[in-house]
Amino acid sequence: MSWEFIVGHLPYWLFITLMMTGLYIVVAKGNYVKKIVGLNIFQTSVFMLYISIGKITGGTAPIFPLDLEVDPETVYSNPLPHVLILTAIVVGIATTALGLALIVRIREEYGSIEEDVILDIEYRLTQHENAVHGDAMGGRA
Amino acid sequence: MVATAVAIARMRSLFATVMLAGVFSLLSALLFVNLDAVDVAFTEAAVGAGISTVLMLGTLALTSRVERPSSRSPVIPLFVVIATGAMLIYGTLDMPNFGSPDAPAQLHVAPDYFYGTEKDIKLPNVVTAILASYRGFDTLGETAVVFTAGIGVLLLISGLRTRRRRDEDEEEDET
Repeated sequence: MSWEFIVGHLPYWLFITLMMTGLYIVVAKGNYVKKIVGLNIFQTSVFMLYISIGKITGGTAPIFPLDLEVDPETVYSNPLPHVLILTAIVVGIATTALGLALIVRIREEYGSIEEDVILDIEYRLTQHENAVHGDAMGGRA
Repeated sequence: MVATAVAIARMRSLFATVMLAGVFSLLSALLFVNLDAVDVAFTEAAVGAGISTVLMLGTLALTSRVERPSSRSPVIPLFVVIATGAMLIYGTLDMPNFGSPDAPAQLHVAPDYFYGTEKDIKLPNVVTAILASYRGFDTLGETAVVFTAGIGVLLLISGLRTRRRRDEDEEEDET
Protein backbone atom coordinates (compact mmCIF):
# COMPACT_ATOMS: atom_id res chain seq x y z
CA MET A 1 0.00 0.00 0.00
CA SER A 2 2.11 2.84 -1.25
CA TRP A 3 1.04 6.45 -1.05
CA GLU A 4 0.68 6.55 -4.84
CA PHE A 5 -1.66 3.56 -4.76
CA ILE A 6 -3.91 5.18 -2.16
CA VAL A 7 -4.13 8.49 -4.01
CA GLY A 8 -4.78 6.64 -7.29
CA HIS A 9 -7.67 4.68 -5.82
CA LEU A 10 -9.22 7.36 -3.61
CA PRO A 11 -11.66 8.56 -6.33
CA TYR A 12 -13.03 5.02 -6.74
CA TRP A 13 -13.49 4.69 -2.99
CA LEU A 14 -15.33 8.01 -2.79
CA PHE A 15 -17.70 6.90 -5.54
CA ILE A 16 -18.28 3.61 -3.72
CA THR A 17 -19.10 5.56 -0.54
CA LEU A 18 -21.71 7.55 -2.47
CA MET A 19 -23.05 4.34 -3.99
CA MET A 20 -23.47 2.79 -0.58
CA THR A 21 -25.26 5.90 0.74
CA GLY A 22 -27.76 5.47 -2.08
CA LEU A 23 -28.13 1.76 -1.39
CA TYR A 24 -28.71 2.50 2.31
CA ILE A 25 -31.51 4.93 1.44
CA VAL A 26 -33.12 2.32 -0.81
CA VAL A 27 -32.97 -0.43 1.81
CA ALA A 28 -33.59 1.40 5.06
CA LYS A 29 -36.14 4.10 4.25
CA GLY A 30 -39.83 3.25 4.11
CA ASN A 31 -41.02 6.13 1.96
CA TYR A 32 -41.28 5.24 -1.71
CA VAL A 33 -40.30 8.67 -3.10
CA LYS A 34 -37.21 8.56 -0.92
CA LYS A 35 -36.37 5.11 -2.23
CA ILE A 36 -36.46 6.47 -5.78
CA VAL A 37 -34.16 9.35 -4.80
CA GLY A 38 -31.78 6.82 -3.25
CA LEU A 39 -31.87 4.77 -6.42
CA ASN A 40 -30.97 7.87 -8.41
CA ILE A 41 -27.99 8.59 -6.15
CA PHE A 42 -26.82 5.01 -6.52
CA GLN A 43 -27.17 5.25 -10.29
CA THR A 44 -25.30 8.55 -10.58
CA SER A 45 -22.39 7.23 -8.53
CA VAL A 46 -22.14 4.20 -10.81
CA PHE A 47 -21.97 6.63 -13.72
CA MET A 48 -19.16 8.52 -12.00
CA LEU A 49 -17.23 5.30 -11.45
CA TYR A 50 -17.55 4.44 -15.15
CA ILE A 51 -16.53 7.88 -16.36
CA SER A 52 -13.56 7.93 -13.99
CA ILE A 53 -12.29 4.71 -15.62
CA GLY A 54 -12.14 6.53 -18.97
CA LYS A 55 -10.23 9.52 -17.62
CA ILE A 56 -6.58 9.95 -18.57
CA THR A 57 -4.43 12.37 -16.61
CA GLY A 58 -3.61 15.38 -18.77
CA GLY A 59 -6.21 14.30 -21.32
CA THR A 60 -8.92 16.45 -22.78
CA ALA A 61 -12.51 15.94 -23.93
CA PRO A 62 -12.72 13.58 -26.95
CA ILE A 63 -13.58 16.24 -29.51
CA PHE A 64 -11.30 16.84 -32.50
CA PRO A 65 -10.56 20.27 -33.95
CA LEU A 66 -13.12 21.23 -36.60
CA ASP A 67 -10.72 20.74 -39.51
CA LEU A 68 -9.99 17.20 -38.27
CA GLU A 69 -6.25 17.91 -38.27
CA VAL A 70 -5.55 15.83 -35.18
CA ASP A 71 -2.35 16.67 -33.41
CA PRO A 72 -0.81 13.30 -32.45
CA GLU A 73 0.55 14.85 -29.26
CA THR A 74 -2.90 15.55 -27.83
CA VAL A 75 -4.23 13.01 -25.34
CA TYR A 76 -7.96 12.40 -25.44
CA SER A 77 -9.91 10.65 -22.70
CA ASN A 78 -11.62 7.39 -23.57
CA PRO A 79 -14.97 8.17 -25.27
CA LEU A 80 -16.51 4.70 -24.88
CA PRO A 81 -17.62 5.06 -21.22
CA HIS A 82 -19.13 8.43 -22.10
CA VAL A 83 -21.32 6.83 -24.77
CA LEU A 84 -22.42 3.99 -22.50
CA ILE A 85 -23.28 6.39 -19.70
CA LEU A 86 -25.24 8.71 -22.01
CA THR A 87 -27.45 5.74 -22.82
CA ALA A 88 -27.65 4.79 -19.15
CA ILE A 89 -28.73 8.29 -18.06
CA VAL A 90 -31.66 8.28 -20.46
CA VAL A 91 -32.71 4.76 -19.47
CA GLY A 92 -32.38 5.86 -15.83
CA ILE A 93 -34.81 8.72 -16.24
CA ALA A 94 -37.24 6.33 -17.97
CA THR A 95 -37.18 3.93 -15.01
CA THR A 96 -37.50 6.84 -12.57
CA ALA A 97 -40.59 8.08 -14.39
CA LEU A 98 -42.12 4.59 -14.35
CA GLY A 99 -41.40 4.22 -10.62
CA LEU A 100 -42.97 7.58 -9.83
CA ALA A 101 -46.07 6.69 -11.87
CA LEU A 102 -46.32 3.45 -9.87
CA ILE A 103 -46.07 5.47 -6.66
CA VAL A 104 -48.96 7.68 -7.77
CA ARG A 105 -51.06 4.55 -8.44
CA ILE A 106 -50.09 3.01 -5.09
CA ARG A 107 -51.08 6.17 -3.29
CA GLU A 108 -54.43 6.10 -5.10
CA GLU A 109 -55.07 2.49 -4.11
CA TYR A 110 -53.81 2.54 -0.51
CA GLY A 111 -53.88 6.22 0.44
CA SER A 112 -50.25 6.14 1.54
CA ILE A 113 -46.71 5.92 0.17
CA GLU A 114 -45.14 4.45 3.30
CA GLU A 115 -44.04 0.84 3.14
CA ASP A 116 -45.00 0.15 6.79
CA VAL A 117 -48.56 1.38 6.34
CA ILE A 118 -49.04 -0.59 3.13
CA LEU A 119 -47.66 -3.81 4.61
CA ASP A 120 -50.02 -3.34 7.55
CA ILE A 121 -53.02 -2.92 5.24
CA GLU A 122 -51.97 -5.99 3.27
CA TYR A 123 -51.62 -8.00 6.49
CA ARG A 124 -55.09 -7.05 7.65
CA LEU A 125 -56.55 -7.86 4.22
CA THR A 126 -55.00 -11.33 4.38
CA GLN A 127 -56.35 -11.84 7.90
CA HIS A 128 -59.79 -10.88 6.69
CA GLU A 129 -59.56 -13.26 3.72
CA ASN A 130 -58.53 -16.08 6.03
CA ALA A 131 -61.40 -15.40 8.40
CA VAL A 132 -63.98 -15.40 5.61
CA HIS A 133 -62.73 -18.03 3.17
CA GLY A 134 -60.20 -19.92 5.28
CA ASP A 135 -62.36 -23.02 5.89
CA ALA A 136 -63.40 -23.43 2.28
CA MET A 137 -59.77 -23.29 1.21
CA GLY A 138 -58.78 -25.99 3.68
CA GLY A 139 -57.38 -24.05 6.60
CA ARG A 140 -55.23 -20.96 6.77
CA ALA A 141 -53.81 -19.89 3.44
CA MET B 1 -21.39 15.54 -2.63
CA VAL B 2 -21.10 13.01 0.16
CA ALA B 3 -22.53 15.68 2.48
CA THR B 4 -25.51 16.19 0.16
CA ALA B 5 -26.15 12.45 -0.04
CA VAL B 6 -26.03 12.01 3.74
CA ALA B 7 -28.33 15.01 4.19
CA ILE B 8 -30.81 13.36 1.81
CA ALA B 9 -30.68 10.19 3.87
CA ARG B 10 -31.44 12.05 7.11
CA MET B 11 -33.94 14.62 5.85
CA ARG B 12 -37.58 14.01 6.69
CA SER B 13 -39.19 16.66 4.50
CA LEU B 14 -39.64 15.14 1.05
CA PHE B 15 -39.65 18.53 -0.65
CA ALA B 16 -36.15 19.31 0.65
CA THR B 17 -35.05 15.80 -0.31
CA VAL B 18 -36.07 16.32 -3.91
CA MET B 19 -34.35 19.72 -4.04
CA LEU B 20 -31.17 18.22 -2.61
CA ALA B 21 -31.35 15.47 -5.22
CA GLY B 22 -31.33 18.21 -7.86
CA VAL B 23 -28.27 19.79 -6.21
CA PHE B 24 -26.59 16.38 -6.19
CA SER B 25 -27.23 15.96 -9.91
CA LEU B 26 -25.81 19.38 -10.70
CA LEU B 27 -22.67 18.69 -8.65
CA SER B 28 -22.20 15.41 -10.46
CA ALA B 29 -22.52 17.25 -13.79
CA LEU B 30 -19.66 19.53 -12.68
CA LEU B 31 -17.64 16.46 -11.81
CA PHE B 32 -18.28 15.01 -15.27
CA VAL B 33 -16.90 18.19 -16.86
CA ASN B 34 -13.79 17.71 -14.75
CA LEU B 35 -13.50 14.13 -15.98
CA ASP B 36 -13.58 15.31 -19.64
CA ALA B 37 -17.08 13.95 -20.26
CA VAL B 38 -18.78 17.11 -21.47
CA ASP B 39 -21.60 15.32 -23.33
CA VAL B 40 -22.45 13.31 -20.24
CA ALA B 41 -22.28 16.47 -18.14
CA PHE B 42 -24.89 18.35 -20.06
CA THR B 43 -27.16 15.34 -20.36
CA GLU B 44 -26.92 14.87 -16.60
CA ALA B 45 -27.62 18.58 -15.97
CA ALA B 46 -30.66 18.56 -18.25
CA VAL B 47 -32.07 15.15 -17.35
CA GLY B 48 -30.94 14.61 -13.76
CA ALA B 49 -31.24 18.13 -12.39
CA GLY B 50 -34.07 19.22 -14.69
CA ILE B 51 -36.55 16.58 -15.75
CA SER B 52 -36.30 14.19 -12.82
CA THR B 53 -36.71 17.03 -10.29
CA VAL B 54 -39.85 18.17 -12.11
CA LEU B 55 -41.20 14.60 -12.20
CA MET B 56 -40.56 14.12 -8.49
CA LEU B 57 -42.20 17.44 -7.61
CA GLY B 58 -45.23 16.35 -9.66
CA THR B 59 -45.38 13.10 -7.72
CA LEU B 60 -45.14 14.97 -4.42
CA ALA B 61 -48.02 17.20 -5.49
CA LEU B 62 -50.13 14.08 -6.11
CA THR B 63 -49.07 12.30 -2.91
CA SER B 64 -47.73 13.56 0.42
CA ARG B 65 -44.89 15.82 1.45
CA VAL B 66 -43.69 14.45 4.76
CA GLU B 67 -42.03 11.16 5.50
CA ARG B 68 -43.15 9.18 8.51
CA PRO B 69 -40.38 7.97 10.78
CA SER B 70 -39.67 4.32 10.05
CA SER B 71 -40.34 1.76 12.75
CA ARG B 72 -37.61 -0.64 11.62
CA SER B 73 -34.13 -0.57 13.04
CA PRO B 74 -31.34 0.59 10.69
CA VAL B 75 -28.86 -2.04 11.92
CA ILE B 76 -29.43 -4.73 9.29
CA PRO B 77 -29.42 -2.33 6.29
CA LEU B 78 -26.30 -0.66 7.67
CA PHE B 79 -24.59 -4.05 7.99
CA VAL B 80 -25.59 -5.06 4.45
CA VAL B 81 -24.39 -1.74 3.04
CA ILE B 82 -21.04 -1.86 4.83
CA ALA B 83 -20.46 -5.46 3.73
CA THR B 84 -21.26 -4.62 0.10
CA GLY B 85 -19.07 -1.53 0.22
CA ALA B 86 -16.15 -3.48 1.65
CA MET B 87 -16.46 -6.05 -1.13
CA LEU B 88 -16.57 -3.34 -3.79
CA ILE B 89 -13.50 -1.63 -2.34
CA TYR B 90 -11.74 -5.00 -2.30
CA GLY B 91 -12.66 -5.22 -5.99
CA THR B 92 -11.03 -1.87 -6.78
CA LEU B 93 -7.69 -2.99 -5.36
CA ASP B 94 -6.87 -4.71 -8.65
CA MET B 95 -7.80 -1.68 -10.73
CA PRO B 96 -5.17 0.55 -12.33
CA ASN B 97 -4.57 3.95 -10.79
CA PHE B 98 -7.04 6.72 -11.51
CA GLY B 99 -6.10 8.50 -14.77
CA SER B 100 -3.30 6.18 -15.76
CA PRO B 101 -2.81 6.19 -19.56
CA ASP B 102 -1.75 2.52 -19.84
CA ALA B 103 -4.83 1.06 -18.16
CA PRO B 104 -6.42 -1.84 -20.10
CA ALA B 105 -9.55 0.21 -20.72
CA GLN B 106 -7.47 2.74 -22.66
CA LEU B 107 -5.53 0.29 -24.82
CA HIS B 108 -8.05 -1.84 -26.72
CA VAL B 109 -11.02 -0.31 -28.53
CA ALA B 110 -10.56 3.39 -27.80
CA PRO B 111 -7.66 3.95 -30.24
CA ASP B 112 -9.67 2.18 -32.96
CA TYR B 113 -12.59 4.49 -32.38
CA PHE B 114 -10.36 7.55 -32.57
CA TYR B 115 -8.73 6.31 -35.77
CA GLY B 116 -12.05 5.38 -37.38
CA THR B 117 -13.77 8.61 -36.44
CA GLU B 118 -10.95 10.62 -37.94
CA LYS B 119 -10.61 8.56 -41.14
CA ASP B 120 -14.10 7.20 -41.88
CA ILE B 121 -16.78 9.26 -40.23
CA LYS B 122 -15.04 12.64 -40.31
CA LEU B 123 -16.98 14.05 -37.37
CA PRO B 124 -15.14 16.17 -34.82
CA ASN B 125 -17.06 14.77 -31.84
CA VAL B 126 -15.98 11.19 -31.18
CA VAL B 127 -18.78 10.58 -28.67
CA THR B 128 -21.42 11.39 -31.29
CA ALA B 129 -19.72 9.16 -33.84
CA ILE B 130 -19.70 6.17 -31.51
CA LEU B 131 -23.21 6.80 -30.23
CA ALA B 132 -24.85 7.09 -33.62
CA SER B 133 -22.66 4.88 -35.75
CA TYR B 134 -20.49 2.26 -34.03
CA ARG B 135 -23.00 1.63 -31.27
CA GLY B 136 -26.16 2.56 -33.13
CA PHE B 137 -27.94 -0.59 -31.97
CA ASP B 138 -27.40 0.42 -28.34
CA THR B 139 -29.08 3.70 -29.07
CA LEU B 140 -31.92 1.89 -30.84
CA GLY B 141 -32.40 -0.30 -27.78
CA GLU B 142 -32.35 2.76 -25.56
CA THR B 143 -35.09 4.37 -27.62
CA ALA B 144 -37.14 1.18 -27.32
CA VAL B 145 -36.73 1.25 -23.52
CA VAL B 146 -37.79 4.89 -23.31
CA PHE B 147 -40.80 4.17 -25.54
CA THR B 148 -41.87 1.24 -23.37
CA ALA B 149 -41.47 3.31 -20.21
CA GLY B 150 -43.56 6.09 -21.78
CA ILE B 151 -46.36 3.64 -22.57
CA GLY B 152 -46.17 2.26 -19.04
CA VAL B 153 -46.42 5.70 -17.45
CA LEU B 154 -49.35 6.62 -19.68
CA LEU B 155 -51.20 3.40 -18.83
CA LEU B 156 -50.62 3.87 -15.11
CA ILE B 157 -51.59 7.52 -14.97
CA SER B 158 -54.22 7.83 -17.71
CA GLY B 159 -57.30 6.63 -15.86
CA LEU B 160 -56.59 8.91 -12.89
CA ARG B 161 -59.33 11.45 -13.41
CA THR B 162 -62.06 9.01 -14.52
CA ARG B 163 -61.29 6.73 -11.58
CA ARG B 164 -61.54 9.63 -9.16
CA ARG B 165 -64.91 10.62 -10.57
CA ARG B 166 -66.15 7.03 -10.31
CA ASP B 167 -65.05 6.82 -6.67
CA GLU B 168 -66.90 10.01 -5.86
CA ASP B 169 -70.04 8.66 -7.54
CA GLU B 170 -69.85 5.47 -5.51
CA GLU B 171 -69.48 7.43 -2.30
CA GLU B 172 -72.54 9.48 -3.16
CA ASP B 173 -74.47 6.30 -3.85
CA GLU B 174 -73.55 4.91 -0.47
CA THR B 175 -74.61 7.96 1.50
